[in-house]
Amino acid sequence: MSEDMSAYPLRLEGDDVPMVRFMNVTKSYGALVVLDSLDLDVAAGEMVSVIGPSGSGKTTVLRMLMTLETINGGVIYVDGQPLTHMEKNGVLVPASEKHLRKMRADIGMCFQHFNLFPHMTAVENCMEAPVHVLGLSKKEARERSLELLQMVGLEDKVDQHPSRLSGGQQQRVAIARALAMRPKVMLFDEVTSALDPEVIGEVTNVIRELVDKHNLTMLMVTHQMGFAKEISDRVCFFFGGKIEEQGSPDELFGNPQKERTQQFLSAVMEAG
Amino acid sequence: MGFDWRWDFTFEILPRLLLATLNTLLAAGLGYAIAVVLGLVLALAQRTPSRVLTRAVREVVEFIRSTPLVLQIFFVYYVGPQFGIRLSPWTSGMIAIGLHYASYLSEVYRGGLESVPKGQWEAARALNFSTARTYFRIIIPQALPPSLAGMGNYLVGIFKDTPMLSVIGVAELMHTANAIGSESYRFLEPYTLVGVIFLLISLPTAALIRVFESWVRKKLGLI
Repeated sequence: MSEDMSAYPLRLEGDDVPMVRFMNVTKSYGALVVLDSLDLDVAAGEMVSVIGPSGSGKTTVLRMLMTLETINGGVIYVDGQPLTHMEKNGVLVPASEKHLRKMRADIGMCFQHFNLFPHMTAVENCMEAPVHVLGLSKKEARERSLELLQMVGLEDKVDQHPSRLSGGQQQRVAIARALAMRPKVMLFDEVTSALDPEVIGEVTNVIRELVDKHNLTMLMVTHQMGFAKEISDRVCFFFGGKIEEQGSPDELFGNPQKERTQQFLSAVMEAG
Repeated sequence: MGFDWRWDFTFEILPRLLLATLNTLLAAGLGYAIAVVLGLVLALAQRTPSRVLTRAVREVVEFIRSTPLVLQIFFVYYVGPQFGIRLSPWTSGMIAIGLHYASYLSEVYRGGLESVPKGQWEAARALNFSTARTYFRIIIPQALPPSLAGMGNYLVGIFKDTPMLSVIGVAELMHTANAIGSESYRFLEPYTLVGVIFLLISLPTAALIRVFESWVRKKLGLI
């Protein structure tokens, strides 16, 4: 496991530095290779959807970027700086917890099962990290949180605990909670998969508004092809730990080139 | 020998036993306070990345749980002085019973901590909380409700185990009942009273714990 780290730049420089760069990233669990030499750039302000069959490694991409998973090879850069590594004596070495904490501040994530803190109200969920991680005053954090809860349409639910909220409402609180940290990159990991069909729209509307009005960089793993087609700048189809095909929504959904992409899309479309 | 209950004797010794009950409650309270805090330390110590520490604490907990409390009380009180550690009966008793119940409570906490879903850790990490904050603001408040039933059982348990402190001369209920018996050669009344007093405290405590448990769940917004 001794990779030659000199092949990786200490930081990315130039005019077109991507917000996120996966460079030759490999992830495996024992003998099982989940991601195989992944190269993927996401430009600042870009919305990239990740689709593919289960087990294709798409969720792992987000989890590595959120530093919930370590990587086995390669380097991930965020805003030009190495995320998974840090510079030491002119070479990249695996990142320390301190470095990860510094870098993680730029990244926010929403999960399939919301993962709200059940013992806190909606507004407390949003305030907790701004107060205790960013060091905002309670007043500032509360104002920021109320503003975001209003944006996601939950101004009348701010003092409710998650157990009193529907799935769609919980996911909207989770989006507000992540945004309260003012990340540069937002990750959505199958955020509508655990929702009842009639409330999916509540959540997709919020994401649509983020795409329209905010200059966030977003990566979204989804099974909702229609939504991905509508709001993405680019769609990546993952298969077997690699990007099998990627392109604009029109290209990928309208005229897929690879056989596996065609098979996957026709299978999903058939299922409705 | 017939049933010979003397009410006048009963009322004569009652004040003395009630006074000793205060000592019993104090011993149970102090011992439990030690156990609650130390138990958490033992539980958290088993969750650090250090395998050596985890293993060492695990062994200590197993050792304490597998040996009798009364032996541990004797050990602290009588063996301590051989190593120059001379402690009063109260101090020895509190250390022994506190440590003993800390090891049981650490197992209760361990179960509670493990019951918190993995997603809570991931959300805390995604929001960039430090490990300490994650524990104290996110994980422990959620681990508490499922731990309360077990914690309550051990509160009653430690209370019922305080008579063991009589072996090193802590003047709690049992010790006082023994003293009354050897002074008056009457054992029926003092021992019966001790039993009744224990019963009258244990039963409402167990009920109160159940009320407290649902109050905490409500307070934390979990129901």
